[in-house]
Amino acid sequence: MIALEIQLVAIVVSVACSLAGVFLVLRRMALMSDAISHTVLLGIVLVFFITRDIGSPLLVVGAAAMGVATVALVELVRRTRLVREDASIGLVFPALFSIAVILITRYAGSVHLDTDAVLLGEIAFAPFRRFEAGGVDLGPRALWIMGGILILNVSFIAILYKELKLSTFDPGLAAALGFAPGVLHYAFMTLVSITAVGAFDTVGSILVVALMIAPPATAYLLSDSLPRVLVLSAAIATIAALGGFWAAWLIDASIAGCMAAAAGVLFLLAFMLGPDRGLIAVARRRERQRWEFARLMLAIHLLHHEGTEASAEENRETHLGEHLRWEPQFAARVVREAEEHDLLRRLPDGQLRLTSSGRLAAERAMAG
Amino acid sequence: MDLLRDLLFDYTLRTVALGAATLGIVAGALGTFAVLRRQSLLGDAISHAALPGIVLAFLLTGMKSTFVLVLGAAIAGWIGTLIVMLVVRHSRVPEDSALGIVLSVFFGAGLVLLTYVQKLPDASQAGLDRFLFGQAATMLSRDIVVIGGLGAIALLAVVIFWKEFKLLSFDPEFGASLGVPMRTVDILLTTFLVIAIVIGLQTVGVVLMSALVIAPAAAARQWTNSLSVMVVLAALFGAIAGVTGAVISSSAQHVPTGPTIVLAATTLVLFSMLAAPERGLVWSALSRRRQRQQIRADAVLADLYALAGHHAGEHGHELAVLETMRAGRTDVRRALDVLEQRGLARRDNRNRWSITDAGRAEVESEKEQS
Repeated sequence: MIALEIQLVAIVVSVACSLAGVFLVLRRMALMSDAISHTVLLGIVLVFFITRDIGSPLLVVGAAAMGVATVALVELVRRTRLVREDASIGLVFPALFSIAVILITRYAGSVHLDTDAVLLGEIAFAPFRRFEAGGVDLGPRALWIMGGILILNVSFIAILYKELKLSTFDPGLAAALGFAPGVLHYAFMTLVSITAVGAFDTVGSILVVALMIAPPATAYLLSDSLPRVLVLSAAIATIAALGGFWAAWLIDASIAGCMAAAAGVLFLLAFMLGPDRGLIAVARRRERQRWEFARLMLAIHLLHHEGTEASAEENRETHLGEHLRWEPQFAARVVREAEEHDLLRRLPDGQLRLTSSGRLAAERAMAG
Repeated sequence: MDLLRDLLFDYTLRTVALGAATLGIVAGALGTFAVLRRQSLLGDAISHAALPGIVLAFLLTGMKSTFVLVLGAAIAGWIGTLIVMLVVRHSRVPEDSALGIVLSVFFGAGLVLLTYVQKLPDASQAGLDRFLFGQAATMLSRDIVVIGGLGAIALLAVVIFWKEFKLLSFDPEFGASLGVPMRTVDILLTTFLVIAIVIGLQTVGVVLMSALVIAPAAAARQWTNSLSVMVVLAALFGAIAGVTGAVISSSAQHVPTGPTIVLAATTLVLFSMLAAPERGLVWSALSRRRQRQQIRADAVLADLYALAGHHAGEHGHELAVLETMRAGRTDVRRALDVLEQRGLARRDNRNRWSITDAGRAEVESEKEQS
């Protein structure tokens, strides 16, 4: 039962993160998730100092506000034009995160947060914090919170799908059509912040980044259509959550860490084995194209000398080495394959002669 | 004065300060190139990616010596960087996503290994988690030897390959056209950046080490336009941040080292962004104001010149006339004061204004120029 609940929480967290992450990846703001997931901690700590209640719902509000403030601050620093955008992110969030960590360690006694929980999250403990209404146990609290955040993500994307899509792929046109890209940007970053806060509690600040970026980037390697990328990244996030949970169970290690590692493995698989864009698929396509090109070269060569006096001498396998600078083995293979593709015939005296389909292919290639 | 005495005579504090200064210098110098090449966040990826290397090095050797752990960190950090380069080159995944994936996945793997190691029966693994947020107080003099030795190699490399690194940072295409193997230079520079980062992990921690790479360089950038000055300044800022942070955290209780060093470095950046001459915010606000004043004064001077054209000889004009000509949009009174100071306008005893010969010459020379 506990294992089941942890898996449910893991799935809900990963899917919620991956949906918001799709747009982060496409808008090239992936590292904003890194910044936000760190600085929400400061929001939590500050609100805690005011409310003195670690269960207060205000913590989430404060954390999300800090996430949005981070985005604004990065923008502000960049606007001074004194540092570039990458450095601006790299300056703002370590500073805010440092303040949070110092506050936590200095007042460790009164804050029920420790730095381990900040980095690792406490997904394994998620089932022990229950959500009760009128004395009835309704399941783990994290499941309810993250479930709500997941619904928020889905509805945000569903309602603003057109606007998000347009401002992601053509911000200029979106602005020209009056879609208020600034408003949408901050609304979206608020969503990212809320998602990061919720996930932060269960998987920790750094692994949020893995869940937000890795599944969408994997899906992006596999598909070109936005709806498919969204569905695929949710599916990949689910696999990463389940795979991570079971891997952690097997070796008795951090669940969140295993989920991140699983997401990484899935990305690596897509990067290597992806059907269209994977390394191997691309290498094989290149190889195929190389032989195709060589066959065509041969056909053009034959066409060029066809019917001339020199043709008896030029149009031979042995001559290709001299003329096209092909190694004998390479030439033999090209001739054999061209024969198999019905581009040419080998006459008894060793001359190569184009077939009608070979001639057609060569002529078409010459015509461009 | 107590602090100074402690720094000189307290062994622990002296060790800590020396170590922190060394890694600040190295991180600052190498960070300069990272910041100039817009690779600030590569440092973030490298430092996070180093974590599994540290734990694996311990798992494989059973040793906790700084050199072994740093070596493991360097190998893992280097592999992480290589993966980022590979992914960016061979797929359409944007660089920031590639960095984010390497950063978080390697770190996740590191945490998995760390939790695995912590459950091993013997207690020799204790203390590996100091690499998360850093702990300066545990620094020993043999750590300084490792940090100093590796750091010296990295700094020496900057001196030896100065020209190549400079080309890579500012105009890699030009470098390639000169026949310099820019790809190799890139890998070389990245390797030394990895070294600069891993030697700081024990003190600053993997989570925040990137800030020590970025901040000193970003601060130094504000003060100069010369690469050599920037490298030296960044090294100096790095040293200041390192010593300040490390000393504060090892003399007070419950103050983690990494965050303290980062805040010290951030303070330097803020100060530089505000106060640096030429680029700083205060400076540019002042020069904008000066410029506005100048333009205002020029406009009023042109009005005086036009008025003088209508009247023969010396003829004074009321302030109100000039204000009307500017349609009340500018502070004419102040502009006239400025002009008077520069000897371009003067007022007579009835408080009326006219242009001087110098003023006339000024307007005419401006006209000729345009």
